[in-house]
Amino acid sequence: MNSIKNGTAILLALVVSFLVMSCKGGGGGDTIKVGALFAVTGPASFLGSPEKKTAEMFVEELNANGGLLGKQITLMVKDTGGDPAKAVALAKQLINEEKVFAIIGPSTSGESLQVKDLCNDAKVILLSCAAAEKIVNPVARYVFNTPQKDSHAVARIFGVMKDMGISRVGVISANTGFGKAGKEQLETIAPKSGIQILISEVYDKDATDLTGVLTKVKAKNVQAIVNWSIEPIQAIVAKNIKQIGITVPLFQSHGFGNVKYAAAAGEAGEGIIFPGGRLLVAETLPDGHPQKELLMNYKRNYESRYKEDVSTFGGHAYDALLIFKTAVEKAGTLDSEKVAQAMEGITGLVGTAGVYNYSADNHNGLSPDAFEILTVKGGRFGLYTRK
Amino acid sequence: MQYLLSGITTGSIYAIVAIGFNIIYNTTGIINFAQGEFLMLGGMISISLCSVMPLPLAIALAVAVTAAVGYCIELLFVRWIHNPTVLRMVVMTIGISILIREIALHVWDEKVRSLPYFTGNEVTSVSILGARISPQILWVLGTCALIVVLLNLFYGRTLLGKAMRACSANRMAASLCGINAGRMVTVSFMLSAAIGALAGCVISPMTQTQYDCGTSLAIKGFTAAIFGGLGSSSGAVIAGLLIGVIEAVSISVLPLAYKDAVTLTLLLLILVVRPSGLFGSREAGALKEF
Repeated sequence: MNSIKNGTAILLALVVSFLVMSCKGGGGGDTIKVGALFAVTGPASFLGSPEKKTAEMFVEELNANGGLLGKQITLMVKDTGGDPAKAVALAKQLINEEKVFAIIGPSTSGESLQVKDLCNDAKVILLSCAAAEKIVNPVARYVFNTPQKDSHAVARIFGVMKDMGISRVGVISANTGFGKAGKEQLETIAPKSGIQILISEVYDKDATDLTGVLTKVKAKNVQAIVNWSIEPIQAIVAKNIKQIGITVPLFQSHGFGNVKYAAAAGEAGEGIIFPGGRLLVAETLPDGHPQKELLMNYKRNYESRYKEDVSTFGGHAYDALLIFKTAVEKAGTLDSEKVAQAMEGITGLVGTAGVYNYSADNHNGLSPDAFEILTVKGGRFGLYTRK
Repeated sequence: MQYLLSGITTGSIYAIVAIGFNIIYNTTGIINFAQGEFLMLGGMISISLCSVMPLPLAIALAVAVTAAVGYCIELLFVRWIHNPTVLRMVVMTIGISILIREIALHVWDEKVRSLPYFTGNEVTSVSILGARISPQILWVLGTCALIVVLLNLFYGRTLLGKAMRACSANRMAASLCGINAGRMVTVSFMLSAAIGALAGCVISPMTQTQYDCGTSLAIKGFTAAIFGGLGSSSGAVIAGLLIGVIEAVSISVLPLAYKDAVTLTLLLLILVVRPSGLFGSREAGALKEF
């Protein structure tokens, strides 16, 4: 009896070690292992869910067309729930156990900042789908990001305010990585743009009502309100503003780039001004626009497959994989150093967010004109035009 | 005035959540940590039904379905605990809350939805003494008042209500008097699920409903329930409104980030001075296990 048990144990051990050996090395074998950290559930699921769907669609298509360097890609999506601590644990798992070659994501800035050094030290390429300035500044050798930068968003918002003759504003932001980063940028860029921030308040991302703090903002007699967050609270802010009778325009960040938020805000969402990627207004772009074809393709594929509207967030994952694919093809090998180098050499690459020009000291690659100023009209997004 | 009204806005949400905690507490003497999930379920079900039937019917059906869920929970889990100590029941309700949350995630996905406003829409507001408030708040306050009145009548006047209170005071003695204590627990779970679902529907237009929205609502509601003295519905409502107003006042003088610190400090102070809560009676508090 005992010997049988021992025999089974040895057999099991053999099988396990064989399995472990065959899994080793993300680059070796016939597949390329790519990890993905997306906030598929939780308060940031508006980002993570389309990112996951997009990444799965992209990889499926790529594999069907022969994969990358003749190898199939295995995409491993992990759900972080938008929690930085969980993102760190999952990143460690992807790096140490799964030995992935690269990681797409995380979805949010807070998570990305937490895993930045981890991936860089492990020489695993990280293509973050979050926007905060600090992800790519200071530059880390193996860390890149694909969304438009906070500072560009802020610059565009202040540009519109100047046109409208607005100089006194109130700022509210969520207590998340994205909110904090946005608040910092707003506060540093405001003086240079001749904008005065009269009040800047931080709220909890899970809050269900903000009439209190908005009353305080209203009392400051601001000419406009800027809200900086990515969560569904963006719709609540819009409703609360109308409910307590504030009439000044509401500006949101590029975190508003999901048409469901506009739908959730209903009539209160009308007239919100925010900087957003061209994906949201793909149809209205002139036919010769360099991004038009790619945007329409992505939009059509995504919407027919998942029966829901595209959002710029899914686009960030699309761009991350597109950049990864381009760099690996350019490098012609699966060596992280060479792929990182190839990535820094990417210029004029058309993605969903804009045209990417990476370099050794610019790991973001987009310029301020990657943003269009958008507004909500009849529950849909449209280009903002001055009345 | 606007601060006061915005305090009432947040307070009314806390209050309506807090009422639900009291019902199960009144019968079993435990806190049901899955109360927030009843709210979420009520909101979610009514939102799903709302597209195929008129709003009042959708809400009524959602309340009924959630009450049935409450019944099932009692039937499948609570009843089988032979020695229902406070700790065991609490751990179990936390487990149930996680279970419901995960099921909801699979049934409805992670997206945020909300019911339409009962009167007007997102931008309508009612002007009271120069300050503005959403009409939905009046609905919430009205529902609170209605629930409190009905509950007081139920507990004070009906035999079933009295029997339920007897179970809470002393389960053994109640059984000896011929009260079917097990059935009272079942009824209390159904009732609290129904009230939770109703609350979930009424606040959904304002707070929006998501599969995991129950937890954060429950924490605030729980705070209000303790503040007001566990077991007292009217106490819970007043305490909920009070917490909302305290928060609003704190926001008006301090940065928003200190809001929770201020409220919780006050709560702790009150609990040190009056362990039974603002409106709980001392003797009753002393008799209770928890």
